[in-house]
Amino acid sequence: MAEELLRKTYHVNGRDFENAGETATEIKQMLKDIGIDSSVIHRTVVIAFEAEMNVVMYASEATLTFVLTDEEIKLEISDQGPGIQDIEMALTEGFSTASDEMREMGFGFGMGLPNIRKNSDDFNIVSKVGVGTTVSAMVRLDSNA
Amino acid sequence: MKLGEIKDVLQCQVLSDEDDLSTEVETVVASDGMSEILAFARPGALMITGLTNIQSVRTADIANVRAIVYIRGKRPNETAINLARESNIPVLATGLGMFDVCGILRELGLKGGM
Repeated sequence: MAEELLRKTYHVNGRDFENAGETATEIKQMLKDIGIDSSVIHRTVVIAFEAEMNVVMYASEATLTFVLTDEEIKLEISDQGPGIQDIEMALTEGFSTASDEMREMGFGFGMGLPNIRKNSDDFNIVSKVGVGTTVSAMVRLDSNA
Repeated sequence: MKLGEIKDVLQCQVLSDEDDLSTEVETVVASDGMSEILAFARPGALMITGLTNIQSVRTADIANVRAIVYIRGKRPNETAINLARESNIPVLATGLGMFDVCGILRELGLKGGM
């Protein structure tokens, strides 16, 4: 059984474009300070950043939970938002329901969720329309993807 | 290739600090889509973009980009430039467009970072 070394919970505000990404930046610094492998850090913070941007674009608010064990990093992002009607489509590169306004911000090109899945060793998504979405992602500390 | 040489060939203005242009770059990633940068940039790549908001700098930091060149005469605001300074990412701006910037850098031997 993996031993839990660190757990942190962050609040992410929807529509808060200016501060989006601060959580990912903080996690990056924390993992650097601990001395985690740079490729593991890279994958973890891409997941966190894309997840934050999804919250900012689509949801009203979310909780991001970060857990470090002696074997892996787990991220869970649970939002209160519109939910996803067709998860398979949402995981298809290039598919997006983003508005022009979101695209002008540099996001919403249908790569967010695929990027999260690509960087995860284990990935899960559960969504209920009108309620919200929970994305769970895991990165193994010994993975070298 | 040194960032200082790239600055000269692209006729860039340096928006951060002039003294951090000795850094070397070998690969380039060019896009206005930040997820594309996150998905494909190799660590240490030079990022070329026309997107000037604060998320362009955060993306560069998360993707371990070495420096940013903003194109088409666009300039990020002071908040974004300050964040780049804090993240030790040199920021340059050129009046050239994406096609010309990529063409020039490729002719000089730089490779795609994807």
